[in-house]
Amino acid sequence: MHHTSEFEPQILAFCCHYCAYAAADLAGTFRAQYPTNVRIIRVPCSGKVDPMHIMQAFEHGADGVLVAGCLEGGCHFLEGNLRAKRRVSLLRQILDEIGIKSDRLRMVNLSSAMGQTFANTVTEFTEQIRELGPSPITNNIPRGKLR
Amino acid sequence: MNVISLIIDERKVEIEEGSTVLDAAHKAGIQTPTLCYHKALKPYGSCRVCLVEIGRKDSSTLQASCTYPAQEGLIVRTSTERVIHARTIALELLLARCPDSEEVQRVAAECGVPDTRFTKKDEDCILCGRCVRMCEERMGRAAIGFVGRGSKKEVATPFGSPSDVCQVCGACDFICPTGRIDLSRVSTRKPRPILSEYNERLTSRPAIFIPSPQAVPNLALIDREHCARLLGRPCEVCKEFCEAGAIRFDQQEKKQALDVGAIILAPGVDRFDGAGRSEYGFARYSNVVSNIQFERMLSASGPNEGEVLRPSDARHPSSIAFIQCVGSRDAVTGNKYCSSFCCMAAIKEAILAREHHPDTCVTIFCMDVRAFGKGFDRFYERAKQEYGIEFVQGMISRVVELPRTKNLRLSSVPEEGERLDREFDMVVLSMGFQPDEDLRRTAEKLKLDLNEFGFCQTTPLDPVRTSRDGVFVAGVFQEPKDIPETVVQGSGAAACALELLSGARGTLVTEKIYPPERDVTDATPRIGVFVCHCGTNIASVVNVNRVVEVAEKLPFVEHAEASIYTCADGSQEHIKEIVEEKDLNRILVASCTPRTHLALFRETAREVGINPFLVEMANIREQCSWVHSAEPEAATRKAIDLMRMAVARTTRLTPALPEELPVTKAALVLGGGPSGMTAALSLAAQGFQVHLVEKENELGGGLRDLRYTLEGDDVASFRERLTRAVTDHPAIELHLGSRLTGIEGHAGDFSSSVVSRDGNSIEIKHGVLIVATGGKKLKPDQYLYGEDARVLTQRELEARIAAGEHVAQNGDAVVMIQCVGSRDEERPYCSRVCCAQAVKNALKIKERSPDAAVIVLYRDIRTYGFHEIAYQKAREAGVLFFRYDPEAPPVVSAGKDLMVEFDDPITGRRRLLRTDLLVLSAGIVPGEDNTEISDLAKLPLDEDGFFLEAHLKLRPVDFASEGIFLCGLAHSPKFLKENISQALAAAGRAATILSKDSLVVGGEIAWVDSTKCVSCLTCTRVCPYGAPTISFSDPHRRIEIDLAKCMGCGSCAAECPALAIQLHNFLDSQISAAIMAMMGAK
Repeated sequence: MHHTSEFEPQILAFCCHYCAYAAADLAGTFRAQYPTNVRIIRVPCSGKVDPMHIMQAFEHGADGVLVAGCLEGGCHFLEGNLRAKRRVSLLRQILDEIGIKSDRLRMVNLSSAMGQTFANTVTEFTEQIRELGPSPITNNIPRGKLR
Repeated sequence: MNVISLIIDERKVEIEEGSTVLDAAHKAGIQTPTLCYHKALKPYGSCRVCLVEIGRKDSSTLQASCTYPAQEGLIVRTSTERVIHARTIALELLLARCPDSEEVQRVAAECGVPDTRFTKKDEDCILCGRCVRMCEERMGRAAIGFVGRGSKKEVATPFGSPSDVCQVCGACDFICPTGRIDLSRVSTRKPRPILSEYNERLTSRPAIFIPSPQAVPNLALIDREHCARLLGRPCEVCKEFCEAGAIRFDQQEKKQALDVGAIILAPGVDRFDGAGRSEYGFARYSNVVSNIQFERMLSASGPNEGEVLRPSDARHPSSIAFIQCVGSRDAVTGNKYCSSFCCMAAIKEAILAREHHPDTCVTIFCMDVRAFGKGFDRFYERAKQEYGIEFVQGMISRVVELPRTKNLRLSSVPEEGERLDREFDMVVLSMGFQPDEDLRRTAEKLKLDLNEFGFCQTTPLDPVRTSRDGVFVAGVFQEPKDIPETVVQGSGAAACALELLSGARGTLVTEKIYPPERDVTDATPRIGVFVCHCGTNIASVVNVNRVVEVAEKLPFVEHAEASIYTCADGSQEHIKEIVEEKDLNRILVASCTPRTHLALFRETAREVGINPFLVEMANIREQCSWVHSAEPEAATRKAIDLMRMAVARTTRLTPALPEELPVTKAALVLGGGPSGMTAALSLAAQGFQVHLVEKENELGGGLRDLRYTLEGDDVASFRERLTRAVTDHPAIELHLGSRLTGIEGHAGDFSSSVVSRDGNSIEIKHGVLIVATGGKKLKPDQYLYGEDARVLTQRELEARIAAGEHVAQNGDAVVMIQCVGSRDEERPYCSRVCCAQAVKNALKIKERSPDAAVIVLYRDIRTYGFHEIAYQKAREAGVLFFRYDPEAPPVVSAGKDLMVEFDDPITGRRRLLRTDLLVLSAGIVPGEDNTEISDLAKLPLDEDGFFLEAHLKLRPVDFASEGIFLCGLAHSPKFLKENISQALAAAGRAATILSKDSLVVGGEIAWVDSTKCVSCLTCTRVCPYGAPTISFSDPHRRIEIDLAKCMGCGSCAAECPALAIQLHNFLDSQISAAIMAMMGAK
């Protein structure tokens, strides 16, 4: 990673197959433009997003993580997104405690029709992370030195 | 054609003879800036931006590459100092001429020319001639051309007068890089944009377009009525841009003959077009929109990305009025029926409008609020209480636009009370259904009877059967209804069709044979990476070759290549050849979204013996090239990342070996009322064995209390027919006086214990369960019911009328009170049937004794659909309707006379009536066994105690658990005809399982590593489907997952504290590998 010029955050987004991932696709169909910083991992349901994987991303230097599920009440698997919401809010507390900052993790709810909203959310989240600056954990610090 | 070769920037480029130097440069991937050049037009060479140096150094000349022919052995240099200098001057001159043109600014910036040193003029045309060429070459018109010479040269019409050949198509305007075309100076005619159907005519669209952006497959079509080419002009511009060569102007409508055994009609019905209701100003006042237009405005995919803006000035409206029943319940337009959906649609739209802009005030003007569906009344109450939406009873007689503000003044002159006169920023008209001429013609062709309003004629006892044998109907064409009910009827019509087709089921299916799958258990991953250009969709932004180069070097990647269209048929064959040739065992396609294309590549994999779960996609189109089109470099880096993440995942993919579970071709139907019997008969007619379990000793259920329908059907004889058919059917085994005491298993293979009244228990094997346990009529505890013999319920009244009793003489008074035990605190739902029931009985009384006074005290009259006609008839017959306020309900007292006291809202006075009979419209309550059945079969109940379906609209008769279905009053209160539709639907849905010999399970499902499981039961609490259970065959009582129940959401895997559960195809190791690949970690 080079932080010479402007800081380009690395952001991971977990998107549920039925809504958020579909919204990301629709953003494409609309040719909505947003920053290139986000990499999407498709999951069947936001309820599948394991706190372990969110922390793993942070551990290896991710500057921000989005968890994107269906609208509340609209989960394809009934209440997976509500479980994700609960986990994200718990993890946010931990992120504050360990100095990574809770603002680096966000849960969003989207319907499959909300392509433009997806683009707007990513743009806004990327800006927020850019303002927060690089994660205190970066890739070029050998893992041994972190401890 | 001959191929020649030339040297551009010291690279050898081969191209067909007759091409230009610019074409050759593009082919070599050399970016040459252009301005006057356009792919669809003949080169013109006027802007001098695409200059290149041609020839050897000592004798070279500067030439416009767009016009200079490519020749054998030509030497071309595109970025010499001389070229850059000349191009800079050209751009500076252009910048000076048109300083405000964004296109010129963009090209100049790309060439590193930030500003001009020349004096800026205020021209708006760079004389590139794109407009002139477009009009002449493609539109065949030449309405505009160059006039004048030298510094006087400009684009104009002949003699500067309006053109009479201009077709006002706007192509010149569209292609102009500086935006200087003013169509009003070209023609006196006004341009007419093609209005977008998708956006309800709120926006415009091109003549070649994709009708719906979310459709799969997402294909474009040409609008025959507007395409310039199909209207006889040369055009074909789209052809220049379609890399796939998919555009065909010669396609014709084809007629096909199909041999079918049944026809299902689900054409829908057009909407009221506003004709006959001009006083509301629809299509005349810009800020008056229809409910569907407003729905588009609210939609994230709508014209303003979900922002509600007034069409007149694109401002947020601060007040919105909804006017209900526009073109419904309306004698003027002849649409006397109620369109059924508009009340709830208006409430939903009002709530959304408030959510989008909390300071917007919303008022709904209506006659009644018809929130009769499951859960609807709660929604209505929330709209009032949580969202502060105002409901005003009364119809608006006139809408007037205020000329200055374009606001709208709504007025009405009520018979009594105050004149209403209010101003709003925007008005939404709730327009209902109205069958159109097309539908009438279709019906005529099919020889079907229509009713007086042009809807399909059916009877209440046969709600999906048309007047013609073998032709069934579903949806709004049958009667106005909302989405859940159309979906239900669709399944119901399918069940009826399947009854006819049961003998032929499966005979036209040809099974595909696949080669045996390669065993990859111990095999090293051998991945083939196929990166798609998608024409220019990906390749114009992402450097596809670089993605391939990186892929080639990744571990386990044995093959990487790019192709123009990886999804093309030829590419599938090629992939299969490569798999064979390189002995690949995994495939990764980096192209578009797996949501539309994974199935295709999995199918290709299966055809070459690769398990479908060893195929993966990287989405570098929708989620990369399309959304980062201005950042090719960053987009390429992202595409490489996405590909690397996918390769990391692909390396760890494991095959899924689906299991086939045999299906027991029998159904267990719980409940012997009209719904249970209808479902049982339909399944039996489709050729399946049915066990019908009824707790009473006789069949009939709620039918025993019904005597006649509003439409006049004799329910008693229907019950007799139905009971006999069920009793006589050889495939239906009756278990009367019996109860369900246990159920185990899963879809396709259930085992239930049923205990009869004498204590005999039997075991029944079945593949599906249908819950049709009915509801119960409420026994009122209000209004002296049970204390005074003159107070009775509608059902009791109905029984007395049916028995021939003369319940009211001429001169007698009968008072009916609605919503007894419904829509109150204890039961905050509408019982749906009582309004029509009151109208039905009131009409019966009026028929016999026209001079008996019948008075109905109501809150909202909810005679939706065609019931509305009967309501009108009752009013015409002299039945009096008074609205009462639930805060001040009627007061009943009994002395010698039975007295009813209530407030008359119209006169504002309190009325005291002596009545001979007081009839209570008592609601429907959930069946008393619901809780027990819910516990037994682990089926959810809603807040009111009725059974809860998997999804209101998408799976309205399914439970979330596979193989269990729901119909009748067990679901919610409704009419007999609706119960019948729903019962047929449940039978239709059940048949989707019973018609299979085995269910294929597995794939994306969870599994438990029993060495890690500590039986903490977290998963059993998390799973909404009851898939994880304690294994009693395991001495350690660890968890096992029921393959047939698991839906693959992975909630259990994410919550398992022992990390004992994994979701196949989303294994922790796979997700983790993708994260590591993204972060560049090992």
